[in-house]
Amino acid sequence: MAITQSAPSSIHAHRTSRRAQAKMSARDVNVFYGDKQALFDVALDIPAHHVTALIGPSGCGKSTFLRCLNRMNDVVEIARVSGDITIDGGDIYALDVVELRARVGMVFQKPNPFPKSIFDNVAYGPRIHGLAQNRDELDEMVFTSLEKAGLLDEVRDRLTEPGTGLSGGQQQRLCIARAIAVNPEVILMDEPCSALDPIATARIEELIDELREHYTIVIVTHSMQQAARVSQRTAFLHLGELVEVGDTQDIFTNPRDERTQGYITGRFG
Amino acid sequence: MTVESKHIVRAYDQELKQLNELIGRMGGLAEVQIDNAIRAVVERNVELAKEVAASDARVDRMEADINSLALRMLALRQPMAIDLRYILSALRIASDLERIADHAENMCRRAKDIAEDSGGPAVTGIQRLGKLVLAMLKDVLDASLAGDIDKAVEVWLRDNEVDELYGSLFREYLTYMMENPRNIGACTTLLFVAKNVERIGDHITNIAETVYFRVKARPLKDSLPDGVDSDDAEEDDNR
Repeated sequence: MAITQSAPSSIHAHRTSRRAQAKMSARDVNVFYGDKQALFDVALDIPAHHVTALIGPSGCGKSTFLRCLNRMNDVVEIARVSGDITIDGGDIYALDVVELRARVGMVFQKPNPFPKSIFDNVAYGPRIHGLAQNRDELDEMVFTSLEKAGLLDEVRDRLTEPGTGLSGGQQQRLCIARAIAVNPEVILMDEPCSALDPIATARIEELIDELREHYTIVIVTHSMQQAARVSQRTAFLHLGELVEVGDTQDIFTNPRDERTQGYITGRFG
Repeated sequence: MTVESKHIVRAYDQELKQLNELIGRMGGLAEVQIDNAIRAVVERNVELAKEVAASDARVDRMEADINSLALRMLALRQPMAIDLRYILSALRIASDLERIADHAENMCRRAKDIAEDSGGPAVTGIQRLGKLVLAMLKDVLDASLAGDIDKAVEVWLRDNEVDELYGSLFREYLTYMMENPRNIGACTTLLFVAKNVERIGDHITNIAETVYFRVKARPLKDSLPDGVDSDDAEEDDNR
């Protein structure tokens, strides 16, 4: 499918000169669930080593778009995705889906650790992808991932205990450790803090900021304050359309589109 | 979209309306303070001067009320975009109005000295300067109420007239002082008063800038046509 250069007229690209190189790109992305169209000609660049926040009211298509980036919609039988999505310039549909999901990891709304030990949760990915040659290497991967997820100090002495026994915030950080254990390039987060209290949320937000050094992050969030705090770029979607994308600072202080202004100031009907 | 369009949370709209009303009332009070202060000087009315000084506490209380409401809204509503600018603007305008009222009070402190020196130089220049800033304040408050940036810019530019008139008053009083050293005391007092009025003009330009920023989300000075000296309103009390 050809890449369309012209973005829909309603999309305002701000300060593009300052934008980092795109890690992932989406062009003309349309998604249908059966007869119902969920996304309309979405075009968005995901800059490398940035946090890109997707905001918008419920049902606007932000989670649908997120799921396109690692082909999670493939498993939805009635979903049909068209358009071009690339990672490092290469079509994601030309990649093996298992390889793609190793490169583009995902963290979900509700922490979903496997009913296994803390160690095995993190070791799961490296094991199925055959990333470790021996036990020492596997240990190293698990410890490094837990460290990067800011969880190691809290679980060092109970790695054999079940992951489901941790607190909600710890479980979510365990899921992040599990996602980064396979050394992904992009991490997708679908409302990762919506089930957490403010303290656990603050820890995840701090973690997101640290992870940005090594990974490219796309986060869907219902909390505009969270989007404003953690992201450098923000995209606003409404009724399946990408209304506006820009530097987070601009979107939250001086949005160009009336619909964005209405949504972020709480005037949306 | 304007700040008047409705929020989903109605209490938020009521608070914004209340903030707007408080600014309007405080602005009105500042107008009365300036008007009375100038009259007290020009008419050499010591009683009126005392009244102005006594009313200053009311202006201070209104500033405190505005600060308190704005703080509450920042904490509870976590405002974004136009709402955030609106609330920050209210804080800044209240601060400028409070300073304006302080200048009016300072003028009144001199009114007693001026009244005692009935043979001193004419005060018509100060009266003209006062009329000028009073009209500017009225217009900038209207501009604020209506979010009228053209009017805000027009008021901002009018401050040049205030500066020019102040400069000519300065030269006039200097001439009196050189002519007769016995005029030095009275002329110095009048110069202090003139300086207070001129400073009020500077605070009015601040308000004009705030109104512009609130509406356009960018500083007024970045938007001025070439050739307009943007430093005019920047000068401080020590000039």
